Amino acid sequence: MNRSFHKSQTLRFYDCSAVEVKSKFGAEFRRFSLDRQKPGKFEDFYQLVVHTHHIANTEVTIGYADVHGDLLPINNDDNFCKAVSSANPLLRVFIQKREEAEHGGGLATGSLSRRKKALALREEGPRRRAHLHIGLPHDFRPVSSIIDVDILPETHRRVRLYRHGCQKPLGFYIRDGVSVRVAPQGLEKVPGIFISRMVPGGLAESTGLLAVDDEVLEVNGIEVAGKTLDQVTDMMIANSHNLIVTVKPANQRNNVLRGGRAASGSSGRSSDSAASSRHSLQAPAPPGLPAAAADDMESDEEPDVVLEGDLEPRAAPRLPPPGGGGGGGLTRLNGSGPASGLHGGGAQSRESSLHSLHRLISSLRSDPRHSLALPPGGVEEHGPAVTL
Amino acid sequence: MRRFLRSGHDPARERLKRDLFQFNKCQLVTLLDDNSLHLWSLKAKGGVSELQEDESFTLRGPPGAAPSATQITVVLPHSSSKTLYLGTESGSVFAVQVPGFRPLEDRTISSDAVLQRLPEEARQRRVFEMVEALQEHPRDPNQVLIGYSRGLIVIWDLRGSRVLCHFLCSQQLDSVCWQRDGRLIVSCHSDGSYCQWPVNPDTQQGEPLRSCVPYGPFPCKAITKIFWLTTKQGLPFTIFQGGMPRASYGDRHCISVVHDGQQTAFDFTSRVIDFTVLREADPAAAFDDPSALVVLAEEELVVLDLRTAGWPPVQPPYLASLHCSAITCSHHVSNIPLKLWERIIAAGSWQNTHFSAMEWPVDGGTSLAPTPPQRDLLLTGHEDGTVRFWDASGVCLRLLYKLSTVPVFLTDSDPGEHLHAQGEDEWPPLRKVGSFDPYSDDPRLGIQKIFLCKYSGYLAVAGTAGQVLVLELNDEEAEHAVEQAEADLLQDQEGYRWKGHERLCARPGPVRFEPGFQPFVLVQCQPPAVVTSLALHSEWRLVAFGTSHGFGLFDHQQRRQVFVKCTLHPSDQLALEGPLSRVKSLKKSLRQSFRRMRRSRVSKRRPAGSPGEVPGRSGRAERTGLQNMELAPVQRKIEARTAEDSFTGFVRTLYFADTYLRDSSRHCPSLWAGTNGGTVYAFALHVPPAERRTDEPVRAEQVKEIQLMHRAPVVGILVLDGHSVPLPEPLEVAHDLSKSPDMQGSHQLLVVSEEQFKVFTLPKVSARLKLKLTALEGSRVRRVSVAHFGSCRAEDYGEHHLAVLTNLGDIQVVSLPLLRPQVRYSCIRREDVSGIASCVFTKHGQGFYLISPSEFERFSLSTKWLVEPRCLVDSAETKHHNRPRNGSGPEKALGRARNSGSQSDGEEKRPDPVMAHALLSDERVLKEIQSTLEGDRGSYGDWRSQQVAMSQVSRPGAQAAR
Repeated sequence: MNRSFHKSQTLRFYDCSAVEVKSKFGAEFRRFSLDRQKPGKFEDFYQLVVHTHHIANTEVTIGYADVHGDLLPINNDDNFCKAVSSANPLLRVFIQKREEAEHGGGLATGSLSRRKKALALREEGPRRRAHLHIGLPHDFRPVSSIIDVDILPETHRRVRLYRHGCQKPLGFYIRDGVSVRVAPQGLEKVPGIFISRMVPGGLAESTGLLAVDDEVLEVNGIEVAGKTLDQVTDMMIANSHNLIVTVKPANQRNNVLRGGRAASGSSGRSSDSAASSRHSLQAPAPPGLPAAAADDMESDEEPDVVLEGDLEPRAAPRLPPPGGGGGGGLTRLNGSGPASGLHGGGAQSRESSLHSLHRLISSLRSDPRHSLALPPGGVEEHGPAVTL
Repeated sequence: MRRFLRSGHDPARERLKRDLFQFNKCQLVTLLDDNSLHLWSLKAKGGVSELQEDESFTLRGPPGAAPSATQITVVLPHSSSKTLYLGTESGSVFAVQVPGFRPLEDRTISSDAVLQRLPEEARQRRVFEMVEALQEHPRDPNQVLIGYSRGLIVIWDLRGSRVLCHFLCSQQLDSVCWQRDGRLIVSCHSDGSYCQWPVNPDTQQGEPLRSCVPYGPFPCKAITKIFWLTTKQGLPFTIFQGGMPRASYGDRHCISVVHDGQQTAFDFTSRVIDFTVLREADPAAAFDDPSALVVLAEEELVVLDLRTAGWPPVQPPYLASLHCSAITCSHHVSNIPLKLWERIIAAGSWQNTHFSAMEWPVDGGTSLAPTPPQRDLLLTGHEDGTVRFWDASGVCLRLLYKLSTVPVFLTDSDPGEHLHAQGEDEWPPLRKVGSFDPYSDDPRLGIQKIFLCKYSGYLAVAGTAGQVLVLELNDEEAEHAVEQAEADLLQDQEGYRWKGHERLCARPGPVRFEPGFQPFVLVQCQPPAVVTSLALHSEWRLVAFGTSHGFGLFDHQQRRQVFVKCTLHPSDQLALEGPLSRVKSLKKSLRQSFRRMRRSRVSKRRPAGSPGEVPGRSGRAERTGLQNMELAPVQRKIEARTAEDSFTGFVRTLYFADTYLRDSSRHCPSLWAGTNGGTVYAFALHVPPAERRTDEPVRAEQVKEIQLMHRAPVVGILVLDGHSVPLPEPLEVAHDLSKSPDMQGSHQLLVVSEEQFKVFTLPKVSARLKLKLTALEGSRVRRVSVAHFGSCRAEDYGEHHLAVLTNLGDIQVVSLPLLRPQVRYSCIRREDVSGIASCVFTKHGQGFYLISPSEFERFSLSTKWLVEPRCLVDSAETKHHNRPRNGSGPEKALGRARNSGSQSDGEEKRPDPVMAHALLSDERVLKEIQSTLEGDRGSYGDWRSQQVAMSQVSRPGAQAAR
């Protein structure tokens, strides 16, 4: 089970006229190429794929990994053209039996079904079972979400920002400030951390869930009370790949109200009550988040990338045998360019892509396992090691 | 009576104004800037002496009196040990009983009282003003000399309350001194002159016996303090401070010694706070016969031997000036083999030939600290291109040897630099003394990284201009050429222009090196950026070095470069431009501050809104705008790190390991490098076997590159063997000092970034464990080191764990191999950036950090290795039996330091708390004071209870604020 890849920068040598296609069905790979300028019709492509995989009598859906690592469908000429033209440089095609695909929630959601964990999307479960497709939401991906609405007090909001797969900067600033709290002995002023500025066009601004002067209460489950601005900054940056901030919005008018409670004017709730805040902070800490995280390798973050092999003198390119070499075969590299690409040497589920490595990897990681119904743990999720 | 001088420490963190005085009962009185007096005493507690503050006192004048009436200028502890006489700005002298600080109002000597008792002819002038001098008669405790700043000196009879004698000087008075027999007084003045006055109550003299301006005839600065000391040979010693010609030497800090036709002006590089002379202790002796001059300068304590011709300095056994030139880096090596230790000391003794043979004349108590269990070296790199080797085994740092890398290079001030021989007729006869010399010829010479192999005696030293020197210990003087090589770290990168400093110019041809560490290889990085990491493997004879551009490996056996690797990201322009393009940031910050200024001005000028206006949106906007402006100043950007960030190529750490890099069947030498951008590079090395080492080249190839996805700077790399024990140092196994590493089980790689600790398997690098420090605590790793924690019960039991210093100044222990945080102590203030940056851990769980430019503080996380100052001072009671004392005599014996009141002109104010300074004949007292002060600090914040002891290692000079 080897995966390999090279840095995307090395791809500049690539000859642009042909698009290398790597098609995968189950554990099998096929390679062929298409003309970038004239890819042809979807129907022909479908036949070609079915033919090369020898699955002519099976209903399949075809998908591809876009530059962000999301799995998008190919089902008409338009998105086929798009897929080919955006291939950079390799077009990675995934084929699923139609019934499997639908059972598994479809292509697009497949890319979303990252491993369930701590603060995972709560709505994810139900949605996966939904067979109903409305419109074409296939190439949507989450940018942000409000989570834990049920356990947080109404005055607070827990926002998750998905930076991966998104080119936008996180884009906000924080500052020191003074927060007023209700304490047993009356109102008291305590130092707090507030959002001070939004970068126009940044992720934070585009979600609309965070705003200037919102007070930051927690970062990824850790309270910020008693921490300095610099500490909170460092914590946020350390969690930037999957940032979850709990804020008390400055504007309390948009709060989600629950349980039939009437909106009793914003004033009543806007000042944080000690009781409610305490409650919130004791809210069931998402398992695996804080505490002694030493030993559990959560998969909520992108794995480190390991490149192996002697990179100094570049290995002379040689074509890999199509279809991948058997288990354990050390395939040293790729045929298309002196330094491009990668090659799934492994006959097993592991394969990877290059291009923006980390993004792609993490998004693809769960997908093959999912679709192939591999036993959990059968594929180790943090074995980013690659042998070329 | 002995007197201590110090500046600095007080529990209330007040600024100590001038000096301390000691009665013969191990007591001190300190006068602080706020005009308060504090009484301290040394008490033995649990066999260890401690300095305690007993009481404090502030002199109060009558209601309605001007504050100056009670502003104390001079303190005279009377030899009766019961009374303190306090001279004030108003000219009155108050008496206070000690202990208890009870003012004795009936014994106040007011200026009016003095005036009334003066003869008619002396009363005409307004001669009083403030009290400048207060001196007890050397033989008769009932006579006190009072000197007023306008020039009047009186000898006052304490019993009869009358003026015995008076002298009227024509100049402002600065200080007065008695001759030993009390028959002569010497006064010194603000015009640089001093006068001798015979004391004869019967015949009143209008003119001095002799008046002299030693550095005349042109205007001179004041002589602020003077000693007049008699000798058996007849000719007296005149020792005075200041008095230099105002125009050309007015800025020098000089103390002149005149004796027997010889005159030398000792020129100090920092301001002189005070000085005293050690002389004949027996009060009955007829002559002073001075033995040593002790000078407390702001940055160091200097002792000069007055009995040896030429008055050479005495080598200080402690209180050495750590910061002779600013410390730029430090490196600690534990458990030095005896052989190497002796050779270093031998090399150092060559350098100490200019010191006097005299023993250190200050005795400060008995050290009860056990003899150190091992020999430890602390190496400090300095801005002037020197490396100092300190004995760090015990409580006091002792300078063993000083290595200078300067001779390898051509510097501006080179030829004929050592022309000490100034013409004999040079006037004034200046002579530089002391080691404090903050001026560096060339900042590029600064030492940035040091790596010493204690088994082989190889030393690698790297500096600011990309220079890497490999040195070898040689017991003989030698003259040889240094092999030079250039490492072009930008190899393939084209079109970059380095805008920083030039590289240093190496001296061509053979160079003569004194015994000690002698360089034989010089590698210069190109571009000549600061060397940011350095590793030496003495067994493989390889040295690795890294800068902000890349890293390289050099074979110092064959004197051949093995490889270089550029780590620079193509878009990282900043790294190319030079060392932290300061100009730019300065410009930027200037621009910002101007902008802020302008904004605030604009907002102020705006009217608050005239009443007629509708208090509508504009008003609100303005208000919120103002609010924002007030709140705006500190904000932090939240942004993920990207590959395009600046300085990602900066090489932070280099590490040699013999491990399984390629596959799990064969291990091989490897070099690991970690960068600021979270990248780890691993190179497999082929080092030829010993018999072919000189012929076959060392080969290297890159085998792995790991990109940590959080992209935080890599600050430490470590390989754990099959038993999860860190690999031993090179040659450690060969010297039987370590078990050989377990090569059966699988090895693990530990990568420590500023944010996370991560363990990977080897050879296939897959993550096994991690500890996310920053995500949990918001602190970042600044320094990490493996420490061996020995058990204090079982001799042979010990564990290896990580000692970690964070940017918050916390010290944590993280267990290996499971990465569990064990304990955490706050150690350094988080604002103390230089303290945190200077921290260095030892191999046994101790550490050092700079608490000021000149002071290291030592801490220990280990229960077994604890260096703690434990001293005992024999108190006066016990000494009484040993040394006969009668009356007021013996107390007077030793140096009498005059309060240097006129100097406390604000420069002396120094916010930093700890400063123990003593000028006294009793070393035990000194040590004691030090130890108690350290004790204070140690117990501060409950360190003791947490089994963490802190102690001061060296506290040289009363270095005041610059």
